[in-house]
Amino acid sequence: MKVDMNIDVHHLTRVEGHGNIHINVKKGKLVDARWAVVETPRFFEAMLRGMSCEMAPILTARICGICSIGHALASLRAIENALGIDIPVIAKKIRLLAKHGETLQSHFLHLFFLAAPDYLNVGSVIPLVQSNRAVVEIALRLKRLANDMCDILAGRTTHPVSLCVGGVSRPPNKEDLHKLREQISERIPDAERTVELFKTIQVPDFIRETEYVSLKGEENYPWIGGKLVSTDGVLKNENDYLAMTNEYKEDFSTSKFTRLSRKSVAVGALARLNNNYNFLKAKDIAEEFGIKPLNHNPFMNNIAQLVECVHVMIESLELLDELLDEPMDEISSEYDIKEGEGVGAVEVPRGILYHHYLINKKGLVEKANCIIPTTQNNANIHYDLAELVEQAVNNGKQDTEVKKLCEMLVRAYDPCISCSVH
Amino acid sequence: MEYLGIELKKPKVSFFDFTCCEGCQLQIANKEDTLVDFLSLVEVVNFREISSEKKDHYEIAFIEGAISRQDEIERLEKIRKQAKLVVALGTCACYGGVNSLKKRFSVEDVVNEVYGHNPVETLPVKSVKEVVAVDFEIPGCPISKAEFESIILHLVLGTEFRFKKYPVCVECKQNLNHCLLDEGKICLGPITRAGCNAVCINGKLPCYGCRGPAEENNWPSLKQILTEKGFSPEQIDEKTSFFNSLTEVTKNES
Ligand code: SF4
Ligand code: SF4
Ligand code: SF4
Repeated sequence: MKVDMNIDVHHLTRVEGHGNIHINVKKGKLVDARWAVVETPRFFEAMLRGMSCEMAPILTARICGICSIGHALASLRAIENALGIDIPVIAKKIRLLAKHGETLQSHFLHLFFLAAPDYLNVGSVIPLVQSNRAVVEIALRLKRLANDMCDILAGRTTHPVSLCVGGVSRPPNKEDLHKLREQISERIPDAERTVELFKTIQVPDFIRETEYVSLKGEENYPWIGGKLVSTDGVLKNENDYLAMTNEYKEDFSTSKFTRLSRKSVAVGALARLNNNYNFLKAKDIAEEFGIKPLNHNPFMNNIAQLVECVHVMIESLELLDELLDEPMDEISSEYDIKEGEGVGAVEVPRGILYHHYLINKKGLVEKANCIIPTTQNNANIHYDLAELVEQAVNNGKQDTEVKKLCEMLVRAYDPCISCSVH
Repeated sequence: MEYLGIELKKPKVSFFDFTCCEGCQLQIANKEDTLVDFLSLVEVVNFREISSEKKDHYEIAFIEGAISRQDEIERLEKIRKQAKLVVALGTCACYGGVNSLKKRFSVEDVVNEVYGHNPVETLPVKSVKEVVAVDFEIPGCPISKAEFESIILHLVLGTEFRFKKYPVCVECKQNLNHCLLDEGKICLGPITRAGCNAVCINGKLPCYGCRGPAEENNWPSLKQILTEKGFSPEQIDEKTSFFNSLTEVTKNES
């Protein structure tokens, strides 16, 4: 049967920010499949000009409510690279733990509040309060842990207050760290229950060969700084990030698109896992779900996020043990203001994030560039949609089913749209 | 919810986001301890960030974000017509927030800097009250979860909520923080409305006034102190204009 289909999703729900899906199928043939970002642009790079570099992390945290810690860290790393600052080891550990808190907060929010309703056939998490109370309670306990972690390590979950140029401005107190350690151990069974829950869902079976980009781990699963790698074999230094992104603009979208060896790339949990599988501390969980590199099913990004949550909880326990053993006296390095240029690459929940600044001799930002994960994913979402619709139509799927699959596909990338039009 | 055996009416509430980071909505989704209670107090009919339900009937509209494009103005006007109560949520909505830093440049210049030869549409940034009438403002970048909760309770019970009149310094001192002014930093705690528990200073980040001016504030004296400490007008302005929230007190003076 030759079908016609006109799918228009205006302001897709359960994603951060505003985006539209347009699908047009005529007589069983795909005419148009578009992922259009219609968010109002915010111009952070322009606003940064003339600002003291110390204010840059405070401003750029406000690019994104969900990954504000990640933005602050990328910004700090770019500045510290520009000014040649080496931060103390303790500060590095505190920062990484704060980032782990954010990863947990973001991944659990996405898994339970944004993605799970599709799999449980409800419009939002709200009806689940009645129907699946136990699940909601697990979700809230895990999110609570993530929030407490960010509060203890960064002073506040959204828009951190104790991350500063040179290191951190205030050390967490050891009593809080002790409690946090206990809290994480207590939540491991909740994470295990979440794994069991997600094992019961049917992840759509869809493959489109994709180039995955992320940081490259040297000894550990990578989060902050290092070499850049792609599954098509591209390897670059952090400073050469522009060679990994190649931004361009499409008329129907306010977000820019990026490409590398193919017409699009993907970043995020699945990309990190594909490139750094051997460093995972939760490989057993990955195996239980049957994810192995290279996995080319974008829907599996949800599962990769869950695997990362377990990995991050294990690694956080290790980091806390180390921190609890060490004195907290040296938490920031002195530095001088001077002219410089620096790049900071950080793996935030949705993928690799770059900040790049030119700083003048007065310490003011002269020029800034920020490339956000969702910007890097937008083109891939766009091309995935086309392929997904073609496959679905060939398999005889109807409008409503195709529409739901398209929405789920976009959500699987966990796009952070207001971020992508910073 | 039952109060003294009488059913209190459950207002229908909607959340709408405009130009912003959506961090304020997130504070509500992140209120793990009381989220379930909150959901029993009100009926959430639009909350796009976490829900697919969309309805046109609601009494309270929470507006998050600043206004910076023509379609946003139209969307906001429609919401105003529908809602009985419009509440501006967060510093972006109340004052324009960090988005207002765009003001230092021309629209053409910012568009050119970020989008080059592919211009996009944008307008000078406005707060919500510059576009439609606003019934209540909840400032903060982000909003304080505890304060938000208390405000909602007041709204639902129909009693008046009062903001603190005194400045952030009071909370800061209660927390026994070392004063950052004495550490050679610019801190705007003395002129900023309390209610955040001095959260920034607790982490040793100075206050840049996201909650707007305190009723009891003395800007001329703070300005004099900062000037005497050797800060230039540009350095002071960088901080007072960061959230665009203090113009009411700083504009007459500079
Ligand atoms: S006020 Fe701050 S936290 Fe709230 S939306 Fe605006 S930038 Fe985000
Ligand atoms: S000026 Fe700032 S640091 Fe000093 S007491 Fe006031 S709020 Fe605290
Ligand atoms: S300390 Fe100042 S900047 Fe920080 S939250 Fe409070 S009012 Fe806002």
